Amino acid sequence: MTGSPKFRQAPRPVLLDPTAEGGPATRTRRSRPATLDGLTVGLLDISKPRGDVFLDRVESRFAERGWRVLRFAKPTFAKPAPLDLRQEIAVHCDVVIEALAD
Amino acid sequence: MGAGEAGGSSGLPDGLVAVVKRDCPTCVTVVPVLAELAALGCSVYTQDDPDFPFEGAIDDTGLEVSWALGVETVPTLLRLESGKETGRVAGWHRGRWEALAGASGLGGGLPDQRPGCGSLTADPEIAALLSLRHRSGTLSARRVELGPLEDELEAMWARGWTDGLPVVPPTEARVLAMLDGTARRPDEVVAVVPPNLVPVTVEKVAINAVMAGCRPEYLPVVLALVEASCTDAFNLHGVLATTFSVGPVAIVNGPAAKAVGINSGVNLLGQGCRANSTIGRALQLVVRNVGGGRPGEVDRATFGNPAKTGLCFAEDEEGSPWEPLAEARGAPAGASAVTVFAGGGVRMVTDQKARTPEALVETFARHVGPGDALLVVSPDHGRLFRDAGWSRSDLASALEALAPRPAAMCNDLLIAYAGGRAGLFSAVMEGWLAGPSGSVPVTVEVRQ
Repeated sequence: MTGSPKFRQAPRPVLLDPTAEGGPATRTRRSRPATLDGLTVGLLDISKPRGDVFLDRVESRFAERGWRVLRFAKPTFAKPAPLDLRQEIAVHCDVVIEALAD
Repeated sequence: MGAGEAGGSSGLPDGLVAVVKRDCPTCVTVVPVLAELAALGCSVYTQDDPDFPFEGAIDDTGLEVSWALGVETVPTLLRLESGKETGRVAGWHRGRWEALAGASGLGGGLPDQRPGCGSLTADPEIAALLSLRHRSGTLSARRVELGPLEDELEAMWARGWTDGLPVVPPTEARVLAMLDGTARRPDEVVAVVPPNLVPVTVEKVAINAVMAGCRPEYLPVVLALVEASCTDAFNLHGVLATTFSVGPVAIVNGPAAKAVGINSGVNLLGQGCRANSTIGRALQLVVRNVGGGRPGEVDRATFGNPAKTGLCFAEDEEGSPWEPLAEARGAPAGASAVTVFAGGGVRMVTDQKARTPEALVETFARHVGPGDALLVVSPDHGRLFRDAGWSRSDLASALEALAPRPAAMCNDLLIAYAGGRAGLFSAVMEGWLAGPSGSVPVTVEVRQ
């Protein structure tokens, strides 16, 4: 602040924060496994056309290698996966592959 | 705020209290009465001149007591008992003053009654400052103090708070004024906002409404729009995240639309009307700032469309051949309500030759696709339906017959009536994925 009234600064504006402030919870990703041997792989179909084509192929290739695969599907691609589905995948699978088809 | 909350914690004396100011002829007139009452133990508070009406008056030039008592007129005579107000007279009225004071023969020689003047607390500039001083504590949002050399608009841009257009700085004074637009409490949770699923309070909506450029009277409409958009049925997460280029379109019905000046006429989908330009924008700023939905992040639209800045219009209920859209969707007759629709860009439907509803519907059918759609019928086109006595459902059925819509998808065709008085055009906004697995239009009543 200068002493001269001609150069006196206006008070600092104080604004109200328009954001959620808290910020969403973030979790670090698990590191990629070096191998899928002995792990269970979830294949998640988000219900977009031809997603199943891709996942069918992945499943058969994994089966050839003896990897355990479980299939899941979202009821609609237009909404986030329901909580129950997310929990089921988390409980039963070590890794998950999601088919973002279009 | 303030009225009736005096006493007790505010440190006001019990008993008789008078509030006066020198700049009030009635207060000057009743000075002898005030002296009589002071002798009986009345506390006399003065708003402007500490020496008025006499030595010993209590200085309330800071207006703390006047504010706490909610005084609107001077002189005001009140009685407080154990911190609770038990009686109040605004202006001079011998009989009522005597009754309240428990005295007789007050102000001999004065007229029986005389109206007072406005309290200084009601002076607009002072009222704004007092409101800020006393109500700032009711706001719980974090205060962001900008640096002395920071430009407000640039600072908000730099913090990622804007949609690309300048926003109005959400100061405490502006947010408090915005909150005056609703009777709802600032801490009331309105909805849980996708994509981060954050509970949003009335206060946070008000902050974003200020930034969008809304006036306080728009707030109830904005709150209803936020509520409608954050339902599972509307699926704002999907509307935001899809690569398709839709955004929330708000159609407002009922007295609120007219009261706050939402345009239903010329250029209603364009620029030039503050309510139309800012109400939808307020929702989008809530989505961005509270929900965390930003283009390039969860918002993956391939193209987007200009209306995603915010799109809101009113139905022209006075000119409409049909009942209000909200009423047709189940809202009570005469209610104010917001309907939100996931709409793409605006497409014109031109037909300047049709002279019968049947002919015009053929044109409509060529523009309304198999999915959800919002058809806005203009006055010039609407006249054909009115003259032929077609109801809204007659029009919908005729369209359905010409352009069948897959029944399994539970499609929604919204038909609204609005637009400038001249022009043989209507407008169509294409919807997104129809039905419960996509987005279903939602109508929510506006609560003041």
